Amino acid sequence: MTELHSTNNSVLSHHEREEIDHWLARYPEDRKQSALLGALRAVMHGENYVSVEKMDAIAEYLGLPAIAVYEAASFYSMFETDPSHAARYSISVCTNVSCMLNGSDSILSHIEKKLGIKAGQATPDKKFFIKVEEECLAACCNAPMMQVNHVYHTDLTAEKVDSILDGLE
Amino acid sequence: MSQELVTLEIDGQTLQARPGSMLIEAADAAGISIPRFCYHKKLSVAANCRMCLVEIEKAPKAMPACATPVSANMKVHTRSEKTRAAQRDIMEFLLINHPLDCPICDQGGECELQDVAMGYGNNQSNFQEIKRVVPDKDIGPLIETAMTRCIQCTRCVRFGEEVAGLRELGATGRSERMEIGTYVSKAVVSELSGNVIDICPVGALTAKPSRYTARAWEMRAHPSIAPHDAVGSNIEFHSFDGRIIRAVPRDNEAVNECWISDRDRFSYEGLYAHDRLTQPQVRQEDGSWRVVSWQEALDAVATILHHIDANRSAAFVSPTASVEEGYLLQKLMRGLGVNNIEHRLRQVDFNHADSSSASLNLAELEQQNLIVLLGANSRFEAPLLNHRIRKASLKGAKVVAINPQALDYNFDVQQVVVDSANLLNAVASLALAVAESAGGLPQALRNLNVQATDEARAWAEQLRSAEKKTILVGGLAAQHPAFGALKALSNYIGEQTGAVVSVLPSANSVGLSLAGVVPAPNAETDLNRLLASDLNTLVLVNVEPEDFAYPEQALKAMQAADQVIVIAPFADDRAREYASVLLPAATFAETAGTFVNIEGRWQSFKGAMQPKQEVRPVWKILRVIGNSMNLSAFDYMSAEEIVAEVKLETQGGKAAKTSGLPEQLVTSTLSQLPQPVHMYRTDSLVRRAKALQEMVALTPNAVSGV
Ligand code: SF4
Ligand code: FES
Ligand code: FES
Repeated sequence: MTELHSTNNSVLSHHEREEIDHWLARYPEDRKQSALLGALRAVMHGENYVSVEKMDAIAEYLGLPAIAVYEAASFYSMFETDPSHAARYSISVCTNVSCMLNGSDSILSHIEKKLGIKAGQATPDKKFFIKVEEECLAACCNAPMMQVNHVYHTDLTAEKVDSILDGLE
Repeated sequence: MSQELVTLEIDGQTLQARPGSMLIEAADAAGISIPRFCYHKKLSVAANCRMCLVEIEKAPKAMPACATPVSANMKVHTRSEKTRAAQRDIMEFLLINHPLDCPICDQGGECELQDVAMGYGNNQSNFQEIKRVVPDKDIGPLIETAMTRCIQCTRCVRFGEEVAGLRELGATGRSERMEIGTYVSKAVVSELSGNVIDICPVGALTAKPSRYTARAWEMRAHPSIAPHDAVGSNIEFHSFDGRIIRAVPRDNEAVNECWISDRDRFSYEGLYAHDRLTQPQVRQEDGSWRVVSWQEALDAVATILHHIDANRSAAFVSPTASVEEGYLLQKLMRGLGVNNIEHRLRQVDFNHADSSSASLNLAELEQQNLIVLLGANSRFEAPLLNHRIRKASLKGAKVVAINPQALDYNFDVQQVVVDSANLLNAVASLALAVAESAGGLPQALRNLNVQATDEARAWAEQLRSAEKKTILVGGLAAQHPAFGALKALSNYIGEQTGAVVSVLPSANSVGLSLAGVVPAPNAETDLNRLLASDLNTLVLVNVEPEDFAYPEQALKAMQAADQVIVIAPFADDRAREYASVLLPAATFAETAGTFVNIEGRWQSFKGAMQPKQEVRPVWKILRVIGNSMNLSAFDYMSAEEIVAEVKLETQGGKAAKTSGLPEQLVTSTLSQLPQPVHMYRTDSLVRRAKALQEMVALTPNAVSGV
């Protein structure tokens, strides 16, 4: 397939392009798809979600069919594709078996009450988003736990949750 | 290449199979049926449905036959208790989320899921919970979706990537929320998209134009040949209650494999256009139309033809006409002394007689190492020929496209863009480079005053060194003022380098040329000059102004002529203005005929339906006119008889090939280049196919010259 590459893709920010180029440099010329997750991560960092516009721009930049980008973005749970889910801090409270047995349900409802939103919603100031998390996050031995952006917080209590969330800028 | 075969045993039957092939292929070859959903012989192996699980001795658990390579002494059981248990369980899993809506599903009765569930499933499920629902997507005018029914076999996704070369459908989301679709709402636009309707094993993707019109078991099948491009795809019409409901591919590995283009699939809709002619009509003195008997209409035609001024008369026929129709038309006209006969209506340069070569072989096209496309938008001119080029490209062939503009191919191609004015020089330069190394410089090249550039020399070298090579001169070239010269040069390059040279004909052009539907050498051989001359009598067989390179000029000629005899399936308002007599003609779906494809393959077909009302096959109409004009040898009883005569006259149907370059290459001077035509506007039937017309605006680049 002949793809026309526009190097001054204006939808992607300078930083995003730099980030993608950094990943591209690590793979062979004809394996541009390898940089796809890096590209999505860069956009996710900047905007806290990946819009269709950005995905199309990534597709064009990497010479991929747009659907290949949609597939990857919608597959991985760390990418948000819904603009109403965009927030600076994404909170995932594990509610899988080990955590549930250790009281994760009350942790989750504590957070929901504290932030005034339900799981699956973001605060109006776009600071917090509570993700609906179904899978075990692999910290069962210190259940209950939650993940805030990239950071794991374990052995949670209501007080501990308060101090963690209150301490975030 | 001889390869040691592997010997294995399936259900006690000893079989031999190619090493590396999958169990399911060996079983299929031996006629042992293994149920499957995701496996398709033309697609990569996904092994995601698990329906093909079989018991293999010494293996701890049942293995998927589609993804398990054969090995020596393997013992496989496709009907053992272990296999049956696996099949029952998989079937139960697959039905967990599948709705039980077969009575309202268009696929009902021809559904692989239904059949396999009947044959291998349980009649009860342990699943009591609520099934998932997937919202339907609008993916355009051709394909209807019911995504709740999708079993996520991903055949349609792999088809897009591997066959259509256009990845439009995908699997988004994951696990239980995985959905097949386009993610954003948009139409699927590949020229081969309709094939996903056939490969989808369930009723998730069905044909939109024919939805809810008939049940699979009520329809009758009629084999036919598609007329819209020079591939001659083998198709099957399905009819119900005297009406054609749909067209589907018929397997022919040598021609269309198991696919057809969307144009061949959906053109049938045009058969029922509102301006279909069903009664012979004669124009009155006051300009109004009167429905008359055939006898009266033919009398009117005879009166016109008795007074014909041969030099100021011409007959034009659509390139989609059959050999029989074309042959009788030219026989009739020649009998009347008229030599202006033409079917190459979109061509603009008629210098250097056609050496219509039928040396191309579609299957061999896949094996080429180097393919040169000269003025060929192959995707849209002949989608399934393009598919062969694409396969060659995927196998590593180099493809070079020399065109007046960059085009949208669906494979890796080196595009050389040469503007129209320099196209001839570029090809001449290549011919010169070829001649240089061949040692002799033909006069024609000396006369042209071009230089062999280094680039041309490099190409010449590539052409010479490639083992298997083909030069394909396409429809954009046919609309170039130097078409004849381009063909002559290409033939010369082919002769010198051993490349197969083929001119991509429009529709049945190979057959019509053989049948003599071209002007006599002493007549005006340039169609556009002919149209500009003072014509007073025209015979138009399924031809409309849009069929010509310059529709406006053609319309003017039709309006200016005193007598216009129209033999056609359709007559629009313009035809009712310029015509003198309207004779309702059958389409290829309603009569027998023969098409000759780009390979020179003669394919005859029978009518799928009886013509309605007063509609008659063109060959019968022409026969009666021939008789009424007292022309000799016009007593054909059948289409077969006519085509046998053509074959006899053309020595088995091989066109003579001219060789060598003419001394002087001549080109035409055009005041303006013709507009390329959209692939869904190429002939009268396609132009009336509703769903395809909706695709025109969605596929602005799908244009070609033929
Ligand atoms: S839509 Fe049909 S072909 Fe596509 S994945 Fe679903 S079941 Fe398979
Ligand atoms: S169940 Fe919560 S981390 Fe494993
Ligand atoms: S056909 Fe073998 S796994 Fe689907």
